[in-house]
Amino acid sequence: MARNVGKAPSKQIDAEAYWKANLKIIVILLTIWFVVSYVPVLLVNQLNQITFLTGFPFGYYMGSQGSLIVFVIEIFFYAWWMGKLDRQFGLHED
Amino acid sequence: MAVAQKAGLAGFWGNYLARRYTYFTIGFILFSMFVGLLESFGVISNQGIGYLFLLLTLAMYAGIGIMSRTKHLDEYYVAGRSVPAIANGMATGADWMSAASFISMAGTLWLLGYDGLAYIMGWTGGYVLLALLFAPYIRKFGQYTIPDFVGARYEGNRARIVASIAAILVSLTYVTAQVVGVGLIMSRLVGVSYEVGVVVGLMGVLVCSFLGGMKAVTWTQVAQYIILITAYLIPVTMLSLKLTGVPIPQLMYGRAISEINRLETEQLGAPTYTVPFRDVPSNASLRTSLGELNTKYNLGLTIPAATSDASHKGQPWNFLALMFCLMVGTAGLPHILIRFYTVPSVKESRKSVGYSLLFIFLLYFTAPAYAAFSRWEMLANVAGKPVSEIPSWAANWTKTGLLNITDMTKLEGVDGAKPPAWAATLIANKSLVWTDANGDGKIQLGDFVAADPNDATKGGTAGELSGTAVTAKKVDGILQFPELAIGADLVVLATPEIAGLPYTIAALVAAGGLAAALSTADGLLVVIASAIAHDVYAKALRPDAPVANRVRLGKIMILVGAAAAALLALPRLALIAQMVAWAFSLAAASFFPIILLGIFWKRANGAGAIAGMIGGLVVTIFYMYMNYTNPHFNVLGISHLGSGLFGLITNFILTIGVSLATAPPSNEIQRLVESLRLPTSDDSMRSSGPSPVH
Repeated sequence: MARNVGKAPSKQIDAEAYWKANLKIIVILLTIWFVVSYVPVLLVNQLNQITFLTGFPFGYYMGSQGSLIVFVIEIFFYAWWMGKLDRQFGLHED
Repeated sequence: MAVAQKAGLAGFWGNYLARRYTYFTIGFILFSMFVGLLESFGVISNQGIGYLFLLLTLAMYAGIGIMSRTKHLDEYYVAGRSVPAIANGMATGADWMSAASFISMAGTLWLLGYDGLAYIMGWTGGYVLLALLFAPYIRKFGQYTIPDFVGARYEGNRARIVASIAAILVSLTYVTAQVVGVGLIMSRLVGVSYEVGVVVGLMGVLVCSFLGGMKAVTWTQVAQYIILITAYLIPVTMLSLKLTGVPIPQLMYGRAISEINRLETEQLGAPTYTVPFRDVPSNASLRTSLGELNTKYNLGLTIPAATSDASHKGQPWNFLALMFCLMVGTAGLPHILIRFYTVPSVKESRKSVGYSLLFIFLLYFTAPAYAAFSRWEMLANVAGKPVSEIPSWAANWTKTGLLNITDMTKLEGVDGAKPPAWAATLIANKSLVWTDANGDGKIQLGDFVAADPNDATKGGTAGELSGTAVTAKKVDGILQFPELAIGADLVVLATPEIAGLPYTIAALVAAGGLAAALSTADGLLVVIASAIAHDVYAKALRPDAPVANRVRLGKIMILVGAAAAALLALPRLALIAQMVAWAFSLAAASFFPIILLGIFWKRANGAGAIAGMIGGLVVTIFYMYMNYTNPHFNVLGISHLGSGLFGLITNFILTIGVSLATAPPSNEIQRLVESLRLPTSDDSMRSSGPSPVH
């Protein structure tokens, strides 16, 4: 990120870089979202051969708990990451 | 009105509200223990317990509603934009989790096994879309309703009105289902009739939303969340303690699942519960709905023969389409989206989605445990027993019709003119025939004689009963697992009894279900009222209307919405629960693509959005109708519940295609989109703080 950080004189360039950085993290997180929710469904029969924790078939576990845990973490991660990005670009509100 | 008070984690726990809600939670637990104590001394009847819980919780919601009454537009529609992220998370959780989530979710999982997980993942995964794609921008936009957003972004009242109609359609079916839930729970909690339950419950809804709008609704929902999650977690924790010795149901139901697989292999020949993709499109729900309409209104509609399409059984497409529609629909539901107008800032809105999902997660994470434990209990302690020796909790629930034991020996001595519902269904489809041989009007059974000893599917005769449904196993007086038929509502409601808990816990569960239904109904009524009073009246018809009129009209519309929901709820049609599932597909096909493109693609314009919304809705409704009436009409075995997928694709294609074929939106709109993408307000042309109308 060689571009200007903090209160930059040129608002336009700042906004563009900020938006690009935002889109990048959105794409990464959506990819993870897709991988933990849709891929285990496609592979459920194979995953169910694995027994997990107290006796869960792993395919069932991913649908009932595994993917949900990842969803929660992803959202908090995004909030934290964007907070950091806001400060980096001088866009935080306080 | 304090402008955008800073309130993150520290802000929430530091302020007086947090302390107040902590006292509230402790007080509620003490109250429940006190009632439990009264019960154990035998000084209070079950009905008395029900009334205590009902009165206490309703009085409390009313109290919060009255304390938060307001005439200010900002407070009425968006709670003054001062709700801290955690509180908004709880309110969104209560708003989101309806009677269906609370009462029927676990039962659906019991019935569908792995296939039911499409709901669990769908209804939580949607929040990721909400957090990444919508919430911060909706907050930055900072108006009052979703049609506000559509109207501003897509330049004009035409788009706004199409969006208002879609919002009302989605919300009205949804609120009607909540009112049905309220009526059912009230009748169970205190034993009043369903109709009285609907009316009393609606009063509870109105005291909150009528006086205080979004502000009262938000703070009541926080209280309702606390009650509903406490009520949900206690019974299953106790059941886990009883069955496994460890009070962590979410972890321990793994053991229940391996036991289920073992017992199912033993009793059914192969495990079914964790086997995926068994659910196939069928016209069973259409047949139920038509039958209901016929009995309630004497319509004499022809009911088509039962049919289903199993050609895609074992393939994941229906599961994936349903899950996708639920996820995308979640992100497009107006009553959830407007919650992100109520937080103080863009930063808070991002966190708020996280808290929302965390609080929702607590319930969805636990629902499969309810299902697994009660299935285990039924396989281990109910199935395989002689029909005369089933446990008392199961015998009690057979009286409510939520648990049916379909062993034919249950029919011995029953009045043949009034068979139980499950037998009536068999008689109606001619797989069971009763011949009153001795003319006494009662059913008598006898020794089983197979119609064809080499072909079990042909059934046989046992005394006065014959037909394909009469098989050796059906008349042996032993309860086989397939002879247990449950209603989806049974699992959560019966768990306190299975765990051997006192009636106080059952009343607590009912109060929790009531909280879930009321809180969702509240949020939905605000959406309906604002779509009419704000979007259609104040923005499209009378832009010069004074604020006082707009708030007054909003209050009147809440009453009208409530009355409409009550009228629709009174016939208590199963079709309504079905319509809620459809609401997700409709939201996915109408709102999701145009809001997404509105934020992420500057080139999208009004003509494109209108074509997209209408095209999306038309395709969705067409597929829904075709598949609902004839399950053989399907693509890859996708049922009507997943029809939003096709509408969503159509909406995207039309919005993009028509936008490119017509002129780009004005520079003003392009600047609006640019300003949405930045979290700070200094360069925005719209104020994101409380508007200066009051």
